[in-house]
Formats: sequence, structure tokens, C-alpha cells
Amino acid sequence: MATAKEIADKAESNDIRSRWLLSAPALLIVFLAALGPLLIVVVYSFLTPGNYGDVKWQFSTDAWVSVLLQRDAFDDTLSFASAHLSIFWRSVSLSAMTTILTLIFGFPTAYFIATRPEHRRDIWLFLITIPFWTNLLIRTFAMQEVLRNDGLINWLLQLLRITDHPIQLMYTNFAVLLGMVYVFLPLMVLPLYASMEKIDFRLIEAGYDLYATRFQVLRRIIVPLVAPGIVAGSILVFIPSLGAYVTPRVLGGGTNLMIGNLIELQFGQGRNWPLGAALSITLMAIVMVALLFYVRNMTRSDGSHG
Amino acid sequence: MAKRFDVRQQNGFVTIAMVCFFLLYLPIGTLVVFAFNDNESLAIWKGFSLRWFHVAWNYTLVIESSIRSFQIAAVAAVLATITATMAALATTRTKPYRGLTLKYAFINQPLMVPEIVTAVALLIVFSRIKIWTGYSGLGYLIAAHTAFCIPFAYLPIRARLESMDLSLETAAADLYAGKWQAFRHVTLPLLWPGILAGLMLAFVVSLDDVVITEFVKSGGQDTLPTFMLGQIRRGVTPEINAISTVFLVLSIGIVTAFFFFSRKRT
Repeated sequence: MATAKEIADKAESNDIRSRWLLSAPALLIVFLAALGPLLIVVVYSFLTPGNYGDVKWQFSTDAWVSVLLQRDAFDDTLSFASAHLSIFWRSVSLSAMTTILTLIFGFPTAYFIATRPEHRRDIWLFLITIPFWTNLLIRTFAMQEVLRNDGLINWLLQLLRITDHPIQLMYTNFAVLLGMVYVFLPLMVLPLYASMEKIDFRLIEAGYDLYATRFQVLRRIIVPLVAPGIVAGSILVFIPSLGAYVTPRVLGGGTNLMIGNLIELQFGQGRNWPLGAALSITLMAIVMVALLFYVRNMTRSDGSHG
Repeated sequence: MAKRFDVRQQNGFVTIAMVCFFLLYLPIGTLVVFAFNDNESLAIWKGFSLRWFHVAWNYTLVIESSIRSFQIAAVAAVLATITATMAALATTRTKPYRGLTLKYAFINQPLMVPEIVTAVALLIVFSRIKIWTGYSGLGYLIAAHTAFCIPFAYLPIRARLESMDLSLETAAADLYAGKWQAFRHVTLPLLWPGILAGLMLAFVVSLDDVVITEFVKSGGQDTLPTFMLGQIRRGVTPEINAISTVFLVLSIGIVTAFFFFSRKRT
């Protein structure tokens, strides 16, 4: 006869089996249409470009070499691919600046929401999320309305007689930066708010009681308490900025490309799919490094509080 | 009278916050205003008019791509929500078991990878399948949308499940309800707001997607966002403002409905 333990064990293994069955469809779809294709990108990065796009099934590391180096057409020497490097540099620096600017604007905004009376916070949060759920393309396009030669800013500048001819704002790094800050700001505010909401304001009061100035309270009490939110928000902004495709394409024109546009170019006009694949993996690698940094920070801050 | 000292106040924060809210709404506000502008040139105001809405409405490509957007979003959101609900049931309210963390990572994977990378990955795979099978229908777009919608549907459902008390299901079992009966009459009604939230999020996310659709679609399969992207590339036409405004009102409507719905419940 089965003992009670055996029965319990059997029930548990049945439970786990049904749990695997239940999650199978979701796992399968994600594997087939998201994770699996990624693995194939890795394979493609080691093949030879075909004549009309696609690939020839011939092993080659050329794509990886040309991510960073370019072969001179005449004497076959290798030098740094300055075009690629400058695009990588633009992507990383624009994303970093986007992160910093969203933090500068987002921090006070999140703090403002967190210090409202409880029943009002929902409304303010809602006002932050509305643009966030509005189509990214439409928001970028709306930014174009502001930046164009006959757009809002130039109209205002001319109205105020600051300039008599439109200033070129569109198709500059500035336009891309502004667009990304605009698009990603809610992604910074939401995690910041989440960690500010939990602040124990008695700590701040204690700070003032001990004669700290407002700035000291901000720097020594609020910022450390909100640190996990700052890291989370920065990651949430930095990663999509790095892979941005729509914003640089609409606001940056053909000259202010970012990695995302460079990848697209290889699959489109460039007809060099292996290079596009290698660039994609490179982008993934940068993202993974950022995520690892995040995970390490999170576990460290968990440890110090627990 | 001096203002009372408030420990919560920080110098200038309220001002920056207000500027922030203003700037957040300035561009979309401008867009909406100019959608009603009776002028070929976008920026010079020539009086109120609905002509661009009219132009857009008579533009068959706009209507077709809108319908396609909604078809894809509806199917993908429903599929994503069903599978995500099942997955959420399988990954909550349990002792940790082997593979649980792996499942989380798997389900949330589409969130961690830059969209452009997923997009080219799907381009590679689907173009191969297209050659093998000859099929070039909406199936690819629906599969892709379902995959990246799954985490968005999963998160609110899981959150709801985790805040739910297991004792009600246990009580049902004590009253001789079968597993299915307990699920049907106890778990599902309690979980419903979470499922609906997941469904709405998935729908909006699918409706919004530009990048993946742009890469996966076959000829003549434009959704509204990819159609608009093409229009913008070819030079801005005023009816884009009108289309954007309609789209804007629609997504704000969905999100507002979601907001009030979730507020009433809690």
C-alpha cells in the first residue's frame, strides 16, 4: 500500500506536469517567434552574403571582421571601419544623454507625483501613461511638427524676432535626442515613482531635525533611497534608446543613423545579411552587458536592505 | 504669512514637474490642432476644417491598413492572452520547482531584446519559411505579434493571481468542486480583471508596433503604422495628421477605459 508520502509525492509530480503542460503554448510561441529566430541570427552572422540578399551557406567570419574593421578595396589592408564606429558611438552617446536628460526631468516629476495626496496620484500617473500608450510613431511624428522648419519652435522664434529665417532643427542629432527624451520619459518616471512611493518621510524629517539643508537631504537621503528606481529607470530608457529605429529614422533623416538603422540598411539596400546579423548580435551583447550591470546592482541593493 | 515648512517639498521640483507635463502634451497637442488646419502647408493656420479627415477617409489604403491593424491586434491579443493566462496559472502560487525561473526568463524574453533585433531575426526565419511553403498570408504577422504580446498580457495576469487568496479554491475543493469546477466558478471570475487588463495591453501593444511589422510583412500587408511610416518617408502629407489624431483618440480611449476599469475594482 502506498504511504502518505508517496501519495503526496505523486500529487506533486502530477501538479508539476500539468504546470508544464499549461505553460507549453506560451513557451512554444515565444520559442518559435522570438527566441529561436535569435539563435538563427547567430548562425547567419557566420555565413557569406548572397548576391540578392539572403546568404550563401558558406562559413565565413568576414561579417564579424567588418563590424569593426574595413578591408581596403585596393591593397587589401585592414583599418578601423570609421563609419560603423561613429554610428556605434552616436548610438551609445545619444542613449546615455537620453538617459541622463530623462532622469533630470523625470526625477522631480516622479517626486512630485509621489508627494501628492494618495487619491490624486492615480490621476497624475495616468497623465504620464497616456503619451506612453500612444503610438510611438505618432509621438515621433508629433515631435516633427515641433521641430520642422515651419514647425512650432521656428514659428515661435520668428514671432519673437529672435531669428528671421528658420533654424534647421530637423535631421540633426539634437532632433533625435529630443525625440528620444520625449518618447522614453514615461519609462523613467514610472520606476522612479514606484520606489519613491515607498519612501518613509520620517527619515527626511529626521534629516531636517539634524540640521541638514534641502540639498543635503536630497543627496544623502532621497537619492540613496530611490537608487533602485534610478537604476531600473535608466536601464528601461537606455536599452530601447540603443536599439531605437523609428525615432532616428523620422527625426534624424538619412545622415544621423543609429545602430538600429545600420542593421536595417544591411538587410535592405546593403544586401549584406551576415553583416546585419553580426551587428544585431553586437547590439544584443551591449544590451546584455547593461542588463548584467542592472541585475548586479539589484542583488546588491537587495542584500544591503535585507 | 510665511508658508508652512513641508518636509516633502523640494526646491523647484514642482516647477520642473509642471514643465515636464506641459512638454509631454505639447507635441501631440500641436499635431491634433494642425489636423484641423485648412491648409496644404502644415504649419500655417488657415482656418478650421475637417478636410484632411475627409481625405484620409476616402483613401482606400488607409482604411485597408487600419482594418488589417485591428484584425492582427485582435487575433494576436486573444491568442497571447489565452496562452499567457495558462502560463500565469502554471507559474504562480506554487512552491519553486525546477525550470520555474527559466520559464519566467523565457516568457519575458521578448522584452529584453531590442525590437530591431527580433525584427531581423523574424525576417530571416520567415523569409526561409516563405520559400519552403509558399505561404505569405497574415500568419507570420500574427505569430510575431502574439509572441511579443505574451509578456504584456502575462504581467498583469500574474500580478492579479499573486494577490489572490488560495483559500477560496481550497474551500471550493472542500465542498467537492472538481478541479475544473473550482477554476470555472472561483478562480476565473476572480482573475477576470487581470485577464481583461492583459488583453487590453496586448491589443494596444500590437496596434502600436512598427518595427517588427515593417520587417515581417509581405507586399501589400501594411498596417496603419507601417503605412504611415512609408508616407512620412515620402514627405509629409497633411492627412497623416488626421489619421494620427484618430489613432490618438482611439488609444487614449482604450487606456482611459482601462484606467477607470482597474480603479473601480480596487
